[in-house]
Amino acid sequence: MISINIEKKLKAYQGQQVLKVNHQFAAGSVTKIYGPSGSGKTTFLKVIAGLTIPEKGRIVAAGTTWFDAGTKINIPTQQRNIGFVFQQYALFPNMTVRQHLEYATTDELWVKRLLVLGKLDTLETHKPEYLSGGQQQRLAILRALATKPKLLLMDEPFSALDPKMKTELIAGLKIVLKQLGTTTIIVSHNPQELDGWAADELVFE
Amino acid sequence: MDLSPIWLTLKLAGITTAMLIVIGVPFAWWLSRGKTFFKIIIEAIITMPLVLPPSVLGFYLLLAFSPQHGIGKWLHDSFDVQFVFSFQGLVLASVIYSMPFMVGPVKSALQQLPASLAEASYTLGKSPWQTFKSVLLPNIKPSLLTAIVLTFAHTLGEFGVVLMIGGNIPGVTRVASIAVYDSVEKMDYASANNYSLILFSITFVLVISVFVFNKYQAKSPLG
Repeated sequence: MISINIEKKLKAYQGQQVLKVNHQFAAGSVTKIYGPSGSGKTTFLKVIAGLTIPEKGRIVAAGTTWFDAGTKINIPTQQRNIGFVFQQYALFPNMTVRQHLEYATTDELWVKRLLVLGKLDTLETHKPEYLSGGQQQRLAILRALATKPKLLLMDEPFSALDPKMKTELIAGLKIVLKQLGTTTIIVSHNPQELDGWAADELVFE
Repeated sequence: MDLSPIWLTLKLAGITTAMLIVIGVPFAWWLSRGKTFFKIIIEAIITMPLVLPPSVLGFYLLLAFSPQHGIGKWLHDSFDVQFVFSFQGLVLASVIYSMPFMVGPVKSALQQLPASLAEASYTLGKSPWQTFKSVLLPNIKPSLLTAIVLTFAHTLGEFGVVLMIGGNIPGVTRVASIAVYDSVEKMDYASANNYSLILFSITFVLVISVFVFNKYQAKSPLG
């Protein structure tokens, strides 16, 4: 279980807004987060990942304190064993599809399985600039899974996929995430796409 | 014609560039990570050689490393190292003088990479150093190459600093730019012309090759 209770100031054009979240995510659960632009969804994911530091609060994952503003505990991102799918993908322009995954893991069988899952097995020697938007997005998802994370944070992960590809990928992801026992948090502008999968939800205002 | 000034110049530029790759690139990386007042001061200091008259820089180095007093005396007495009127002195001066040409372009290129590239690497469990080596550095190749070539070319062309700290000792500190000046003083225009033409050709080819390389470099999706 991941228990989060944080406060983080958001930079906004008009005045200052404070993001306050107090929520428990059950182990292995899938949660969707939605709400208007600028409500702090991406910031929230980055706080959990340790890429942004909140002003107040605590984050405790499976009994380990990741962050505590009071006692100044802040476990680095590298040690949190998370997967992160960035909204803009953040792929590495110098690496091929396969190299993206091999950078993250040495498990060859796992790499092969992921490539098949994302239907990128025929494109493994391509660099991101030679991939379509949808292929780039799938690669971003596969890379986030490469380390077999205990917590997967995804920021608009299906926005560039056509409906058929989306359905197939989600079906594949369900199986993989269940096997890994990964807790999943998904930010989406289109929460209906996660109906029947994400059992839990969190609405930002 | 005595070619030793040309070889000396190439040797000086080669050693200086190699040292600046080792020192300047990690330094640029450090400067690119967050801005503190301390970093601004350090950056200003290493940028000074761009705007300072080379003779001023040379003069300060001459004072600092004079074997009669201060650091220079200590270096001379303890390690038998002399930076004034010696080749190692030229290397030291060139490293300081050409530092902004290596650090500047590399630093701005690193800052222009989206922050999410490094962040993505951190989420994969990679340390900042691994991230720098495997993700950041390979994605600023054109800027890195430009910095390396400009550093080399700039060192070929230095004059004032070299003259102040190195003087004009044949085979030791008489680099090509000094040889041009020396030849003209002796009314030996033929030699001056040869040295000048060689320097001009080398630098021209270097600058052209940077332009050509950067033009044909495949465009990255980062723009």
